[in-house]
Amino acid sequence: MRLLATILLVLWPSVSLAENTMRMAVTTSFHNSGLADVLLPEIQNDLGLEVQLLIVGTGQAIKLGQAGDVDAILVHSRAAEEAFVAEGYGTHRREVMYNDFVIIGPAADPASVAGVETVTEALQRVAEAEAIFVSRGDDSGTHRKELSLWSSADLDVEAFGPHYRAVGAGMGAALNTAADMNAYILSDRASWLNFGNKADLALLFAGDPVLFNQYSFLPVNAELHPHVNAEAVAALEAWLTGPRAAELINSYTIDGETLFVFNATSED
Amino acid sequence: MVDLWDGLVQAVWLMASLDAELADIAARSLYVTLTALVVACALAFPLAAYLAVRRFRARRTIIAILNALMGLPPVVVGLIVYLLLSRSGPFGVLGLLFTPTAMIIAQVLIMVPLIASIAHQSLRDLWQEYHDLLISMNVTQGQKLRTLLWDARRALLTAALAGFGRGIGEVGAIMIVGGNIDNVTRVLTTAIALETGKGEFALALALGFILIGLTIAVNLLIHWLGQTEREGRW
Repeated sequence: MRLLATILLVLWPSVSLAENTMRMAVTTSFHNSGLADVLLPEIQNDLGLEVQLLIVGTGQAIKLGQAGDVDAILVHSRAAEEAFVAEGYGTHRREVMYNDFVIIGPAADPASVAGVETVTEALQRVAEAEAIFVSRGDDSGTHRKELSLWSSADLDVEAFGPHYRAVGAGMGAALNTAADMNAYILSDRASWLNFGNKADLALLFAGDPVLFNQYSFLPVNAELHPHVNAEAVAALEAWLTGPRAAELINSYTIDGETLFVFNATSED
Repeated sequence: MVDLWDGLVQAVWLMASLDAELADIAARSLYVTLTALVVACALAFPLAAYLAVRRFRARRTIIAILNALMGLPPVVVGLIVYLLLSRSGPFGVLGLLFTPTAMIIAQVLIMVPLIASIAHQSLRDLWQEYHDLLISMNVTQGQKLRTLLWDARRALLTAALAGFGRGIGEVGAIMIVGGNIDNVTRVLTTAIALETGKGEFALALALGFILIGLTIAVNLLIHWLGQTEREGRW
């Protein structure tokens, strides 16, 4: 027992309760894209602020913000964000950057999705061919987008047969599933480009303006949750919408492709 | 198969290069699980001895419940601890959610029933042997418990190792209450889940091999420590 205690003492990592830290819930797509690894060290450098990321779906990120378990959230689901602010959980919504959603599918493209004009048509073809389609199914921003696309294509996911598979997982895990089943899937471009297990999948459809994917920063209301580090949040917001972030976000590329486009407007 | 081989190669390479981040994550894994183990043992051993020695009405029920809770689903424990520690939960003011402490609390809850059940099993057998002797010596209740616990120390070690095994490889609860925050609450199992999510199978597998190696090393170490005392019956 005494030896065990000694071992523990040696291992005990000096729990650094750094004075300037904050927690931010971000979407899996933001983290899986690799952009977080570029921005966080710079934030640490410029602001001396340690941002701790919780990588979750948009649905859970909003829950965390409502409960006050994080100081800010960075998500991509406009309707949910506006509700979050309207209900008083967040102080405001600040747009930071965007990328787009793309349809990934088997390179052989059994549903002949490649080359169609609109995403509606692409989804209709997938449904007609009854090709396997993997859905996030986790109430994330991407999942909500996918559902809205199906419904604007006049298709009801509830009525789909077993070829529609909701996996209830993050972007990367869902892409893994799709790779294994050789299935179609809706992904954000950044996660797809940074994904390590592409197998036989290929990017089949992109470019419809409907697929625009806006990321926004929402500070959690400090009046509701007094423990929120509002000062750090304000500093982070200023940094994320400033010229340094613009340069880093716009110049972040994988295989020569730009992943995100900075579009924050200066303080109104 | 290629991935398996890549994983092995990468595991060796990561360990050989003494990757600082990896060492950090591995140390955090050990810190969380060993701390939880010490706390869980401190709770479970006396409980097991008490259940072996004392006869009272609810005893059988408690033992049955403990046995059943050995299969407690970690993810449920995680969810409950999460809701308790959340800022909007009853213990929110403590600000413990997404800290290593929260992970330790969850793991203690997962380990206690398992350790107590296994420990109780061997203590009960030992108590049958010792019963008449200890009663005839007219020792106090506390002395009985201490004697049993000391003489059954090898069996208790096994119980502790089982608890360690359950904790170190656990991902469901600590993912929920820890949040897998880089440099704060990321441990080997949650890092494996994260890398798998990125499709980085080789790296995920490398971390897995390191986790297995670490578990074996800790077990060997504890066994070696246990064998250093050879006198007497135990």
